[in-house]
Amino acid sequence: MKPKLRKSNSIRWGILAAALLMMGIGIMNGEMQTVFEKAVNICLECIGIG
Amino acid sequence: MDKRKLVQALFAFTTNAHVQGFLHGKIYKGKLKNICVPGLNCYSCPGALGACPIGAMQAVEGSTRYGISMYLLGALAFIGIMMGRFVCGWLCPFGWIQELLYKIPCPCKKKKVPHKVNAVFKWVKYLVLLLVILLPILTVDQFGLTTPYFCKYICPAGTLEGGIPLLLTNPTLRRAIGFLFSWKMGLLIVTILAAVLIFRPFCRYVCPLGALYSLFNLISFYHYKVDHDKCTRCGKCAKVCKMDVTVYQTPNALECIRCGECIKNCPTKAISGVWGAKEHRIHPSGKHEHAPDI
Repeated sequence: MKPKLRKSNSIRWGILAAALLMMGIGIMNGEMQTVFEKAVNICLECIGIG
Repeated sequence: MDKRKLVQALFAFTTNAHVQGFLHGKIYKGKLKNICVPGLNCYSCPGALGACPIGAMQAVEGSTRYGISMYLLGALAFIGIMMGRFVCGWLCPFGWIQELLYKIPCPCKKKKVPHKVNAVFKWVKYLVLLLVILLPILTVDQFGLTTPYFCKYICPAGTLEGGIPLLLTNPTLRRAIGFLFSWKMGLLIVTILAAVLIFRPFCRYVCPLGALYSLFNLISFYHYKVDHDKCTRCGKCAKVCKMDVTVYQTPNALECIRCGECIKNCPTKAISGVWGAKEHRIHPSGKHEHAPDI
């Protein structure tokens, strides 16, 4: 594998690991619950009312 | 039927499969709403089974308990690094709606947007992305509340997918219509008219989700590759690209939505979609083979 390809591959895997880590931290902090609470109620701003 | 069109339609209907919601003017309240869909799809659409990533990001960032949303940015970075703007081309319901609108015959339809216009306005979506991330954090009031600015003042998907179906079936909501709804309807009409004339104008110039995914286009696991031994630089790929990408020069440009038109139309089969570092090449025929290193 050429160095350029190896470098871009490392970046990919690095970002993938960071993304999964961030998701994990967010879920553990309870962000999913906030998303759920927002999503199960009609968002008046989104539909142009509120 | 074109494979991509089929996937777009199936994905749009599957993620908006709560049919009862359309009949009764109510939205789905089940556990799937914990999870965000990859494309732009308003969670106040009566049929929506999942959450909108942009709306959810603003909700989390506008909450008193959090700053930057790790869950949402992580999820979007995960999707982005896996496939870049493939989501825009294959999995976004609002992108699909715009493509359907572009099929409406019109004598003043533009095959290509003037290069100078495109070159300037394509950057607007990055400004919108920056505002989507920063505004909810920077404008929290003394009670810890903020406004989802993008959803409230810009997003035409909310008006089309959420506002219109809910207002048609819910008289209580209809009584609350005011200036904001007129503003949003105006923006929706402009978007619809623009989408009849130009291919996916909202995705090109406004969508913060497309802007975020585009940042991963160059390095995503799924990307396009041009075999320069086969490429004759005939320019056919650039000619057929509705997003105005010069594919043989920049196959992974920020604007590429991975629709695959260039792959299908390349006369020498020089363009292919590849997965990951091993350059596992996928030919338009569907057959796989290992390609040599870049």
